[in-house]
Amino acid sequence: MATTTSSDHHLPKQGWYKRNEIAITPWLFLIPGMLMFAIYVIYPIIQSFNISLYKWNGLGTLADNAKYVGLANYEKLLFRDGKFETALINNLKWLILYLLAIPAGLLIAIFLNQTVRGIRLYKSMFFFPFVISQVVVGLVFTWFYDPQYGLFNGIIGIFGIEPVNILGDRNLATYGVIAAGLWPQTAYCMILYLTGLNAVDPEQVEAARLDGAKGHKMLWYVIIPQLKPATFIAFVVTIIGALRSFDLISVMTNGGPFGKSTLVLSFYMYEKALGEFGLKMGYAAAIAVVLFLIMLVFIGYFLWSMYQDEKAAKH
Amino acid sequence: MRSMLKASVAALATVVALTGPASAELTGDLRINLDTSNPAPRATMEAMIARFQAANPALNITTTVIDREAYKTQIRNFLSADAPDVLTWYAANRMRPYVEAGLLEDVSDMWADGTTIANELASTKGAMTIDGKQWGVPYTYYQWGIYYRKDIYEELGLSEPANFDEMLSNCEAMIASGRKCYTIGTKWLWTASGWFDYLNMRTHGFDFHMSMARGEVEWTDPRVRETFENWGKLVRMGAFVDDHQNKDWQQSLPFLVNGEAGAILKGNFAVAPLRDAGLTDDQLDFHQFPMITEGVAMAEDAPTDTFHIAAGAQNKDNARAFLAFVASAAEQTEINNGSNLGQLPVNATSSIDDDKFLKEGFAMLSSNSPGGVAQFFDRDFPAEMAKAAMEGMQEFMVFPDNLDEILERLEEVRQDVY
Amino acid sequence: MFPKPIEKSSRQWQIGYQVLLPFAMLLWLAPLIAVALFSIRPDADFSTGNYWGIPSSFEFFTNYGQVINSAMPRYILNSFMITLPTMVGAVALSCMTGFALGVYKFRGNLLIFFMFIAGNFIPFQILMVPVRDLTLDMGLYNTKTGLVLFHIAFQTGFCTLFMRNFIRALPFELIEAARVEGIAEWRIFWYVVLPLMRPAIAALCVLIFTFIWNDYFWAIVLTTGENAQPVTAGITSFNAQFRAMYHLMSAGSLIAALPPVIIFFLLQRHFIAGLTLGAVK
Repeated sequence: MATTTSSDHHLPKQGWYKRNEIAITPWLFLIPGMLMFAIYVIYPIIQSFNISLYKWNGLGTLADNAKYVGLANYEKLLFRDGKFETALINNLKWLILYLLAIPAGLLIAIFLNQTVRGIRLYKSMFFFPFVISQVVVGLVFTWFYDPQYGLFNGIIGIFGIEPVNILGDRNLATYGVIAAGLWPQTAYCMILYLTGLNAVDPEQVEAARLDGAKGHKMLWYVIIPQLKPATFIAFVVTIIGALRSFDLISVMTNGGPFGKSTLVLSFYMYEKALGEFGLKMGYAAAIAVVLFLIMLVFIGYFLWSMYQDEKAAKH
Repeated sequence: MRSMLKASVAALATVVALTGPASAELTGDLRINLDTSNPAPRATMEAMIARFQAANPALNITTTVIDREAYKTQIRNFLSADAPDVLTWYAANRMRPYVEAGLLEDVSDMWADGTTIANELASTKGAMTIDGKQWGVPYTYYQWGIYYRKDIYEELGLSEPANFDEMLSNCEAMIASGRKCYTIGTKWLWTASGWFDYLNMRTHGFDFHMSMARGEVEWTDPRVRETFENWGKLVRMGAFVDDHQNKDWQQSLPFLVNGEAGAILKGNFAVAPLRDAGLTDDQLDFHQFPMITEGVAMAEDAPTDTFHIAAGAQNKDNARAFLAFVASAAEQTEINNGSNLGQLPVNATSSIDDDKFLKEGFAMLSSNSPGGVAQFFDRDFPAEMAKAAMEGMQEFMVFPDNLDEILERLEEVRQDVY
Repeated sequence: MFPKPIEKSSRQWQIGYQVLLPFAMLLWLAPLIAVALFSIRPDADFSTGNYWGIPSSFEFFTNYGQVINSAMPRYILNSFMITLPTMVGAVALSCMTGFALGVYKFRGNLLIFFMFIAGNFIPFQILMVPVRDLTLDMGLYNTKTGLVLFHIAFQTGFCTLFMRNFIRALPFELIEAARVEGIAEWRIFWYVVLPLMRPAIAALCVLIFTFIWNDYFWAIVLTTGENAQPVTAGITSFNAQFRAMYHLMSAGSLIAALPPVIIFFLLQRHFIAGLTLGAVK
């Protein structure tokens, strides 16, 4: 980053503001955003840490209706809760498999990156899955997998595979839900890559062509490195999406079958705090804190890589 | 259940005494939050409120209708945040957290001896009582039982089973004909607990079931195991449709409609979609869940939906007048008839709509349920216990061999919850 | 450009591509087509298991008529009244924060930036109770304003990340040159940086519009009725107590999905340019 403070251009007789303009301006620009963010995000997060130390059903106020229990919620969650372990493993599956949306999105983006008639409309239609309500996406896939009436078993039957009940199987259900989630997420990544492809340097591509690079070699050695920024954003939004996901789970399996087969932490937290039978705000807050700590790993990685880039840019 | 047919002149007089003069004086506001979001109940409620408005022209009524599922989340918010005067909810344990958090108004005065409500709604008083006080007034309820394909039963020469052995032998015949006996979708869990309610109440009786609900019985108790073993007989013989663990109950209906299953254990709300799907009243019939242990008094599930007053309400007098209005015999007859809610009125002096299933249900609940009336598993058991138990039941219906493990797990939860 | 422009390929390839496009689209949108089919089925088809076959009767007008005659238009209006101010607010705030963090070097710059990012990663469900109480204390419970304020604040995290990286990618010499000219900092923001950010603004508008338009969680936490709730909450209000009205939900959700798609279609060109530059560090 270029430095700004060294530029010494002001005249000697200026007002205090003018003299300190460069030091003050950023804060003036930051204040509204930071204020809003502090009130609505930072403070509630601190509150959540606090709530996680109480036994509270979320009714009334924390002061009147809650009982302080120290770290009991964490103790139960980490050592005596079988669902937590399942949810954690499922979260890992989500994290890994959801990343498939990135190459899938790239492939579709490459396919669509042409300038034929009506391509804008096609691009919009390919974007559609991302904007339609997740509730409906979940319903469609549920019916698609339906063992009696669904299309899925018919399709795999063509290849001689025995019918399976994906969402009813404790080992397969999570994969079924993730597959449904990949559809809108792929659309999202596709859009990011479409924009990335737009920025690919045509001269470099031409130069590579002259050197005889073609097809996947061109893609791998010339295009993908240039798409790094788009990949980075796609990676970030996909990780966030994977860790937050619960709309689909709630529609397709409700965390089940058998109470936990498709559970992930964000859904488990929701179930405990707001679910029909969950009135355990303190416990849910503890889950959230743990989830937050897991996310900190990603945030840490994210920040570290960003910091490295910043440092590299300075030299 | 409905033995309190003492609609005496005296009781009627109290209606007048309560609502008559009061209604003439009602002024100010009344804010009502409803969870009856689907078209028919919504219209029913709005018409009822319109009648109340007409009787109290000076009253300024505001009604908010909220989607039923969203309501379950929102009630926690609006009760403490923006309390309405009147709100809908459910009886028994489902209202307990709100009662204990001090968010609902104690309306014991409306249930005091000699009041109209005490006389005419006596059978529902237990469901509205927590800590010896009453916390609301019911407005509708419905029966549970076995809805079956009469035409298929007749084709196979079967009749309504009178006891568990007949139930099992009917089922064998049904399976021999290439069908399943019962359709069910346990994705949302509660359907499975309907089976547990009935099997448990038929095997050990209402009182045992309720002491379980209060956490007084260990889940590893041999009596609980006995209930599950009865259930296991059905599961192991293949009585239930396959892959029920990821179907909602609506997705389980096609089996019954297409004749691939003979019956379903369900609340009366199943009738409407079954009729819509083309089953006639000649094809579809109803019978009470049969006896299992001889000498155990029959008891039924009949979930009750209720009106409450928020503790933070601004217009509690108006709210009380509204609750009394809802419970009145005339309103109960009107809102529960077939073109409105299509359920059973809670007021003993109301009349039942001329509908085959409502009549059978009413007859069953009023004369053939001496053991008692339960609200339903997820309303009688505390939320956390109910959730864990229903998950275990779903697992049991797919993997009956896991019973020991399931019961031990539930016992751990019981020790945690109570 | 990559891949090779199709115009430069052989005639067969061009035709092949043109033919392939609609088929690929149909395949990609197969689930959506299923939704469209659901939306013209009668309710009874869902009780008889006829999800994929030919509808037993075509109920296009009945179903869509029912949706349009419900409170749906009201909900859609609410959605616009929530989404548009949020979009404007979040983008405006993040232009400013992005400018501050992207252009100036000062103590705590990275720290503040990291804070915005970290907030972006949190499982937002946990904010529910504190945010509900906050909204209540401000007297904004069950109002569109309450919802808008929260959305602006929460989205500022993501938008700041986006804007800051975008501004980083702008040629810094422009700002230096302006400073040498003695132009006030806020004028640099307004006359130099902001015009260059137009593509990023367009891109963020589309994304934020989509995010907020599809929000369901906060809609049910902070609002309760027709007067304030957006269309996502409205769709599920078709459901009966025990029966999901799948045909109406399908019809409703197709209608509800149209505005973001239209916005995307209209802003597509700017949108794509915006994301591109923003992605460059």
